[in-house]
Amino acid sequence: MWVLIWNRSERKLTKRADRLISLLPLLALGIALLIWEGAVRWSEIPLFILPPPSVISERLTRALIDGSLLRHTLVTLSEVLAGLALGALIASLLGYGLAKSSTLERVLSPYIVASQSIPIVAVAPLLVIWFGPGQISKVLISALIVFFPVLINTVVGFRTVPSELYDLMRSLRAAKAQIFWKLEVPAAMPVLLGGLKIGATLAVIGAVVGEFVGADRGLGFLINLADGLYDTPLVFVAVITLVAMALSLYGVVATLERRLLAWRTG
Amino acid sequence: MTDDSILTANELSMTFPNGNGGLQALDAVTFSAQRNAFVCVVGPSGSGKSTLLRLLGGLLNPTQGEVQFEGERVIGPRRRIGFVFQTANLMPWRTAIENVELPLELEGLNAGQKSRRAEDMLKLVGLADFKQSLPRDLSGGMAQRVAIARALVHEPDLLLLDEPFGSLDALTRERMAFELLKIWQLERVTVLMVTHSIQEAVLMADRVLVLSQRPGSIRLDLDIPLSRPRSLDMMHTPEFGQWVDQVRSAIE
Repeated sequence: MWVLIWNRSERKLTKRADRLISLLPLLALGIALLIWEGAVRWSEIPLFILPPPSVISERLTRALIDGSLLRHTLVTLSEVLAGLALGALIASLLGYGLAKSSTLERVLSPYIVASQSIPIVAVAPLLVIWFGPGQISKVLISALIVFFPVLINTVVGFRTVPSELYDLMRSLRAAKAQIFWKLEVPAAMPVLLGGLKIGATLAVIGAVVGEFVGADRGLGFLINLADGLYDTPLVFVAVITLVAMALSLYGVVATLERRLLAWRTG
Repeated sequence: MTDDSILTANELSMTFPNGNGGLQALDAVTFSAQRNAFVCVVGPSGSGKSTLLRLLGGLLNPTQGEVQFEGERVIGPRRRIGFVFQTANLMPWRTAIENVELPLELEGLNAGQKSRRAEDMLKLVGLADFKQSLPRDLSGGMAQRVAIARALVHEPDLLLLDEPFGSLDALTRERMAFELLKIWQLERVTVLMVTHSIQEAVLMADRVLVLSQRPGSIRLDLDIPLSRPRSLDMMHTPEFGQWVDQVRSAIE
């Protein structure tokens, strides 16, 4: 009993310390921005090479007001979400098959590994040629880049289900679907979510790579456009938006993880 | 073989494929267990005790011979047979009560029936206060008690236990042995328990089966006519010592 109480109060203390420590990165960011601003003004570097944070934030406000930032963000976001969903879906279906069948694994794994040595930037132009400069090619590129980490984690996740628990389920005469939903999915969930977390950030990269190759919309297109116009502050605005998008997606999966895996961390 | 036997093993042999002719784990094991009996199986390590239990429970199929449960041939896991494994084998993402509910859930019972039965079983194993605890917060003994509750929740006629106290410390082990005896008498279930402790076997069982070295076959089939309920004092009687010696010399 005492141990319990002591543990709890200690946990509360470490929680408060954790919160303070989590503020430190923000503090560091603030200091870095101040130095940046000061250095640029003092050295009189031209705006199109390195704009100070104040100019970038002003450009951000303008892009928000004229609606262009939101429009391009929504385009990229929809590509990212569709790519993530498509890539994760196919990868987890195939991953489950590979985890369950060593024959399938032996047949497919050399090709899967080989396919990963092709840089995505090299494939992207092909996909744009085949599927056009619209959103479909971006979704596919994004799905491709999401595919591998999700696949690997799915295989590992389902392989690590303890065999004793399979014995238990069999001794209880569980049906195949019951074994899947009540044993395999929850047991593999920690590793599956780990793969999804990596996939979420990669999906953003995939969509932008696609937009770089050929597009008339989206944040990747916006970067290309601003670059051509020497509108460097707008390049920064687009990059910051992409970072924010990747971080939010990561955050969504991390929240999901905390909810679903409360049994691990408590 | 009397009419009152619930479980019969008939010339059970088991060979596992291993590349050079196979590994024979069991060789023509024959015995039958009376309804409501407490039977312990002991034997040297690697004598195929666990294999025997898995065959009896229908988790494995024998290469030769057959198992009969309630007069019917066992060819797969059966509803009326409960299983307790060497480790508690709880699902770490389920609370104690959710783990106990699992067998009922798989049978599609509704939530009310499920939790009522599961709660009764947790009470039986003395863990009513821990029903919302996660396995990681339970001690080894508590976890194994949850596992026993789970094995009993759908009221099996036969309970198979595979070294259920193997991972517990000596004191917990002793306490668990008596709790299991109490549960066995309350629930009126037939128990077949594999253990590597000779004293534990003699103290708990009506009957001790001794398996030989691999390939395992029955070396000794010994009745233990000690009165019930059993107590630790009984270990100091001369007969107890004799039975233990008998079992030990059969193993060696």
